[in-house]
Amino acid sequence: MQFDQLLQYSLSGLSTGAIYALIGIGFSIIYNATGIINFAQGEFVMLGGMLTLFFLETLQLPLWAAIPCAVGVSTACGFLFERLAIRPLRQPTPINLVIITIAGSILIRGIAMLVWDKDTHAIPPFSGEEPIAIAGATILPQHLWILGITLIIVAINRFYFYHTISGKAMRACAYNRRAAGLVGIDVKRMVLFSFMISSAMGSVAGIIVAPLTMTSYDVGIMLGLKGFCAAIIGGMSSGLATVVGGLVLGVLESLGAGLVSSGYKDAIAFIILLLILIIRPQGLFGKAESERV
Amino acid sequence: MSFLKRPIVLFLLFAAFVLLFPLLLGGGYLMNVLVFMGVNTMLAIALNLLLGYAGQISLGHAGFFGLGAYLSGVLTVTYSWNPWLAMPLAAVVVGLAAFLIGFPILKLKGHYLAMATLGLGIIIYIVFNETVELTGGPSGLSGIPSLDLFGITFDSDLENYYLIWSFVLVTMLLALNLANSRVGRALRSVHDSEVAARVMGVNARLLKVQVFALSAVICSVAGSLYAHTMTFIAPASFGFNFSVELLTMVVVGGLGSIYGSFLGAALLTMLPELLREAKDYDIIVYGVILMLMVIFMPGGLVRGVPDLFRKLTGKKGRSNA
Amino acid sequence: MQTRFVLLMSLVCSLLLSTAAFAAAPLKIGALFAVTGPAAFLGEPERNSAKMVVDEINKAGGVKGRQLELVVYDTAGDATKAVQLATKLIKDDKVVAIIGPSTTGETMAVIPVAEREKIPLISCSAGSKITDPVKKWVFKTAQNDALAVGKIYEYLQKHKQTNVALLTVSDGFGSSGREQLKAQAAKYGMTVVSDDTYGPKDTDMTAQLTKIRASKAQAIICWGTNPGPAVIAKNAKQLGIKLPLYMSHGVSSKKFIQLAGDAAEGIRLPSGKVLVADVLPNSDGQKKSLMAFVKDYQNHYKAEGDHFGGHAWDAIMLLKGAFDRGADSAAAVRDQLEKTRNFAGIGGTFNYSTQDHAGLGKDAFVLVEVKKKDWILVK
Repeated sequence: MQFDQLLQYSLSGLSTGAIYALIGIGFSIIYNATGIINFAQGEFVMLGGMLTLFFLETLQLPLWAAIPCAVGVSTACGFLFERLAIRPLRQPTPINLVIITIAGSILIRGIAMLVWDKDTHAIPPFSGEEPIAIAGATILPQHLWILGITLIIVAINRFYFYHTISGKAMRACAYNRRAAGLVGIDVKRMVLFSFMISSAMGSVAGIIVAPLTMTSYDVGIMLGLKGFCAAIIGGMSSGLATVVGGLVLGVLESLGAGLVSSGYKDAIAFIILLLILIIRPQGLFGKAESERV
Repeated sequence: MSFLKRPIVLFLLFAAFVLLFPLLLGGGYLMNVLVFMGVNTMLAIALNLLLGYAGQISLGHAGFFGLGAYLSGVLTVTYSWNPWLAMPLAAVVVGLAAFLIGFPILKLKGHYLAMATLGLGIIIYIVFNETVELTGGPSGLSGIPSLDLFGITFDSDLENYYLIWSFVLVTMLLALNLANSRVGRALRSVHDSEVAARVMGVNARLLKVQVFALSAVICSVAGSLYAHTMTFIAPASFGFNFSVELLTMVVVGGLGSIYGSFLGAALLTMLPELLREAKDYDIIVYGVILMLMVIFMPGGLVRGVPDLFRKLTGKKGRSNA
Repeated sequence: MQTRFVLLMSLVCSLLLSTAAFAAAPLKIGALFAVTGPAAFLGEPERNSAKMVVDEINKAGGVKGRQLELVVYDTAGDATKAVQLATKLIKDDKVVAIIGPSTTGETMAVIPVAEREKIPLISCSAGSKITDPVKKWVFKTAQNDALAVGKIYEYLQKHKQTNVALLTVSDGFGSSGREQLKAQAAKYGMTVVSDDTYGPKDTDMTAQLTKIRASKAQAIICWGTNPGPAVIAKNAKQLGIKLPLYMSHGVSSKKFIQLAGDAAEGIRLPSGKVLVADVLPNSDGQKKSLMAFVKDYQNHYKAEGDHFGGHAWDAIMLLKGAFDRGADSAAAVRDQLEKTRNFAGIGGTFNYSTQDHAGLGKDAFVLVEVKKKDWILVK
């Protein structure tokens, strides 16, 4: 096995992993603030890509304007989703939440399919397509954008959650909703914010990866699932642990596809998921949870 | 309890309805749909036992369905086994596998269990897709023989209807018996509070795994029946989408209600037929119906419809002051 | 409890009976297309073309004074639905023939139904095993993937590139192609040095391509439908792979060039002639039908008539031929279809016979190459 092959697998894996990380962080934010697993997270990723396409091609906006617009509209969708699907739920049992977020994802996908079409579309890369060579392996400029933007977002996240009042309020909701409500935190608003932040992040993930992978109305499904795997590996943290989880997942997937078998590539993510859930459900870095009886 | 309200009478009425319905119809495309409805009902009941009674979420039940179908299919097509031998063998294998994997998985709760079963279901699907030499891969497995019994070969819609629905009725009887027995009560206690049940002496862990295995066995039998009546199976029918459909059937019909599972299965099998005219809009209608059901009728149709009816006709004595 | 039960049952009854059957009418043709779902790029143009040509035939007075009625059902690419809907077409709509389905998987599922109910089926999908071995009631209009593979291998053999790497998608189309690629390798002196797959929704194939780069492959053959091959083309460019890249007819559309961008330059694939209709020599027997089809489709749907829509067009026209020759029952239609000779369609020139229900020969495919964002014919 040559070094440059391994390096190539790893590098490709890192950039895919970064996307999983971003999506995983989105899952974690909502889960931490509300205890809900948002199965529709993948659809926000899809919306990011498709909306950017819309703003670019139909409205002919330049890239630097299309992206914020796309993120803005996705965030609005996140807002609507929480209001229309999550808040009205009278019996928020896990099963009902699972179903309603799945229903939400079906709905968003269906609307996307009708508004746009079922085709795959390409988005121009941010800064050209010239491959960059690194010690025998190559990556594209877009890969650098992906890694860079992921790190920036993680940094912003850290700042928000640890150094701003509203971020700390959201963390308080995660620790103990009732106590948070008692000290005056508007828990309902925190729930709404968490959805909006997650949808914004998800759409950013979708936008930065779309030039590489192209976009269509149904890219959200698999990406969402794999992002969730990343979150589980990272122990549902909204910071570095999930990023590591995503990167680990991406690299293992890539190595598996290259060294073992390309057909079973998707199975790798889910096997890892099962192993983690069975052996160490708190993730690689989390602390074990205790349950009050 | 008055004679008419005993559960057995209800069941016999239902059975009579099922057995006599084809005479009302007299054949046609609808018979084909009803055969599917039977398979879906069996699957919904299986999932309901796990979800509605024991309170454990599974997003991967299509996997057990597929395992039953493929085991039966491959054994009868490639190895020329007798279908009536392949079916029970498949059921035993699937049940055993579910039992074994149930132990580690059912330690998990809520969302984590949902994701674990999701992962399991997808892995099973990928295996179906990739083991091309064995299963025919994505193009599917064709030429599965029809079942025959006492000289009758089940290869027409009417015959398949009676075959499948006989199994469905047996499953229902089994489920109703289970639900009203000591085991059923133990299950519900685990659902309400696992810790309390344990304190009372219920071996919660073993019970959960047993129900999981039973549920898997029913799915496997349904899968085998499906394989023999369709004579063609493909991995696409056993993926995540179908697991979601099953979940929807159970929730829409009503968790913890066997007849609810039938209702849910009936509705969701008929829905594509009713929505056919809507063409591209049908996926949206599906999502909307699902959302509305969960928000406004969380108990499912079996509780929601009578409630609605009661609200509309207004109970005497409950007036707005 | 009792009232509730009765209510429940009436609910179910009304649901069931609301989809009761309805009666039959003129010359009814059933169609099963994957208009939505993963094979929509096949089903949508097929439905559009079928509708277009049926409308035209009807406007011109129908066939022998009778109007044609096309009943189209969307299978969403699902084989199970295809079987159900085939039964519906036969039992409820009482069609005299069925065209489609769009994919090989669905077709294999529907074949037993057609054979059992004795209704002619003209499939629009490529799998060679649909008509090999020949089945009495089953025909197809799409070119066999065996022919496509042969075209590529022929070219490779001529240019002495005999070590090939396969990269196929893990769905019905890809696995069928992979079967053919492996089966015919020996015949053309090819050695398969690497055999990899990718998932239909995969977004990064650099792992597989890196493996291929390290192998002794002299050419890469990719068998799939959009967007996978476009991603592969881009990945190959990124990795600096200089090996010639061949694709399947699954991406013989402008869409592929659009998606792959600059990475598409120099890629070759076998295609139906419709893609290069305007540069065909006038002596080509199909040119007239091809140009008419392309123009018509453009007028009707404001989009380019492509290779896939052509399959449905051919199917309807073949049926029309059978109707013209006096057939109006399922069995008669089947017999007349078998007697089709020299029909210049979109997919090729059709010659059915009792041994051959695929009807096309090597001339059905031409090798094309992407040059300057457009297709050119490779000599």
